[in-house]
Amino acid sequence: MVNPSDQPTASAEERASALEIVLRRKGEMPGTFVEDFTDHAEEKWITENGARMVARAWVDPGFRARMLADGKAAAQEMGFEFPEHHRQLVVLENSKDVHNVIVCTLCSCTAYTIIGAAPDWYKDIDYRARVVRESRTVLKEMGLDLPATTEIRVWDTTADHRYMVLPVQPPETTGWPEEKLVKIVTQDAMIGAARLDKMEG
Amino acid sequence: MDGMHDLGGKQGFGRVNYPSPPHDETWEPLVRALSAFALRKHIYNMDEMRHAIERMAPRHYMTAPYYERHLTAVATLLVEKDVTTREELEALVQGAFPLSGPIGPGRLPSPPQLFMIGDKVCVKNEFVPGHVRMPAYIRGKTGVVVGISPPYPFPDAAGHAMQAPTEPTYDVRFRSRDLWPDSCDEALNHVGVFQSYLEKAET
Repeated sequence: MVNPSDQPTASAEERASALEIVLRRKGEMPGTFVEDFTDHAEEKWITENGARMVARAWVDPGFRARMLADGKAAAQEMGFEFPEHHRQLVVLENSKDVHNVIVCTLCSCTAYTIIGAAPDWYKDIDYRARVVRESRTVLKEMGLDLPATTEIRVWDTTADHRYMVLPVQPPETTGWPEEKLVKIVTQDAMIGAARLDKMEG
Repeated sequence: MDGMHDLGGKQGFGRVNYPSPPHDETWEPLVRALSAFALRKHIYNMDEMRHAIERMAPRHYMTAPYYERHLTAVATLLVEKDVTTREELEALVQGAFPLSGPIGPGRLPSPPQLFMIGDKVCVKNEFVPGHVRMPAYIRGKTGVVVGISPPYPFPDAAGHAMQAPTEPTYDVRFRSRDLWPDSCDEALNHVGVFQSYLEKAET
């Protein structure tokens, strides 16, 4: 008999199915877990959560202050949830002169229950390797040409607190209702790969 | 460990694939769910999961998509925790099922010390064979404490299923030019650093 180890590597799909079988047979995983978990993740852990926090911070100075002091409490105040190991959410405030950008060089940690599942580019090894050392160059390549006077702060998610960026409100949206503001806040802006206000390069 | 995963500041990489092209791999949400189940069932903890990814063969790590790295780590831990065996997995897939390399010893935290916001700190010049959350680009470098986070289990112990005391992490601010003199863009680099990785800097 041929040793399976000498065979070609099975596809990722086949290997994932094998793990599912093992966890059902020997790990007491309920038959509905995968579907239930996936539905929950896709319905509850969405970019709109973070967008709602940002929009509220723009219209409500009290909420903004609470969010900057304790992002997790502010998120929970709006009914959003965290996995057990995310003990703190640090909110990084952008301004005209300061730009914050988030990375996880060691893996790809994000506040996924608040800003949604990390986009593929965030998990890209090129992003993880380069943005800490060549922040201005990488952001420019990604379409964000920051003025030379803007201070860049790069945040590496190496511990188990999580970050999100509070973008600057575009001046032309002053006075908009909160519900309308929610729609202009993007995931990339909450990671710091993009800005919602126009910057002159 | 000085593994392939420790990418910060490595050179020779190219443009970020941005914006991300759409893709639809049904096995990826499956892997995410399986990993979450095993974590919730306390078959392993988050640090063991991260360390299992770090222990992948470097060539495999660099070429595997994100969720294949997770898949490999979950399989490795299920084998190491005696939920299954490599033979059973390979029989199920009728082919090779690559796993991560073996795990070594972990370590306990250093005696507690107290740092305050504004303190100048130095990252110890340590070379840890097991799980560690200190990226190599700050090793031996000096920065300033700008924030203190709630205590977390010490990853160097937790990643090896050792009883892990909790300790604070500090947001330490470095200047990019101190990390990579004459070879970087100007920026402030903030890193979440566990207390045990730090010592007071000589002023």
